[in-house]
Amino acid sequence: MGLPKFKYLAPKTLKEACEMLEKYGEKAKVKAGGTDLLIKMSNRVITPEYIIGLKNIKELDYIEFDEKDGLRIGACTVLFDVLRNPIIKEKYPAVAYAASVTATNQVRNMATLIGNLCNAAPSADNAPTLLALGAKIVLYSLNGERVIPLEEFFKGPGLTALKPNEIVKEVIVPVPKENSGMAFLKASQRGKVDIAAVNVGVYLTLNNGKIDDVNIFLGAVAPIPVRAKHAEEELKGKEPTDEVLYSAGKKATLDASPITDMRATREYRLVLVEVLTRRAVKKAIDFIQ
Amino acid sequence: MKKQLIKFKVNGDEYEIAVYPWKTLNEVLRKDLNLTGTKLGCGTGDCGACTVIIDGRTVNSCLTLAVEVDGKEITTIEGLAESEEKLHPIQEAFIEKGAVQCGFCTPGMIMSAKFLLDNNPNPTKEEIKKALDGNLCRCTGYIKIIDAIKTASEKMKGGK
Repeated sequence: MGLPKFKYLAPKTLKEACEMLEKYGEKAKVKAGGTDLLIKMSNRVITPEYIIGLKNIKELDYIEFDEKDGLRIGACTVLFDVLRNPIIKEKYPAVAYAASVTATNQVRNMATLIGNLCNAAPSADNAPTLLALGAKIVLYSLNGERVIPLEEFFKGPGLTALKPNEIVKEVIVPVPKENSGMAFLKASQRGKVDIAAVNVGVYLTLNNGKIDDVNIFLGAVAPIPVRAKHAEEELKGKEPTDEVLYSAGKKATLDASPITDMRATREYRLVLVEVLTRRAVKKAIDFIQ
Repeated sequence: MKKQLIKFKVNGDEYEIAVYPWKTLNEVLRKDLNLTGTKLGCGTGDCGACTVIIDGRTVNSCLTLAVEVDGKEITTIEGLAESEEKLHPIQEAFIEKGAVQCGFCTPGMIMSAKFLLDNNPNPTKEEIKKALDGNLCRCTGYIKIIDAIKTASEKMKGGK
């Protein structure tokens, strides 16, 4: 069927892109990698009159790290650059791993990490780890920048805190603490390629053999990626024995409200939540030791 | 609506053509440039039959807007062989190992193999499988394709 007709705009700077967005408002759609957007368009789910392509904005394609502010990933950085970046692999291995198991090689060469967040699929593979790490997201408009916790960014399936005149500039991930570990795990029907039936991101710190801080986020089991509060509480201040880990896995199901769809039944998803949470916590701990 | 002028290289040849902004690279390659070696399968980035290499990276040409390849270098399956007589080692290996059945997925498979071997000249079997995660074969299976890529990696040792 091909794509519906549209006008293509190619801004050279983020500011120029925002001016276009301000001018055309709801008639325009911002495009980064386009691997989700173009499919929605060819299915006529959306038919924007204008596409604002961010591809030519060189200033948005970067991965930077410093010991004070942490990691910054720009809006045009594709998943392939995230998964093979030496600093991300060393300091944020779960971020690199999550990028490496998102979609396929070809899509990872086109799709951006931030695009994955902006599409706000409940199953977005790059969301749980970044949420667990306490990432912030920088929203840019002609009025200036607004920095919000990533946890406040997701509002529902396909819905975010982005205002109509804003474009995401970057995501900022704090420096991992001493004695900390992180992990991402995903289960889907067809290995890595398929959309996750459940995914889990964990970030935790150990203090004298006991779990100190712990953040666990679950994907694809609620309208947005959700915090597994009950599991976190079960783990805090405890030695990570098998018993504690099994119990935390069970508690994680209290925070999940999955649906049944073609990817998995509600019941199976709950089992996956339990098992993946347990394994991800174990993996994060093993990473420290 | 107006066409936009784009300039790009395909298999070393320079092109300057006017395209509608909603045309994909796949449509332009197949219909405007008559390079029909690149296939169109699902049109949603799942099957990989449309895989081409842009500036050294494989992409789904069905999900790439032609206007966005302005200034880029593209390699398609037609650009791999040295000459009419001499195929690329990956193509030779696919023939040797019988890695082609109906052939529809083959151009995409070979482009993905090239992307792998350009970045990792000595891949393990697991790495080859991972490199093909965006390419589907519906005829038979992947074993001969994986064998062929392994063979190609040996053929290409010391070469490009």
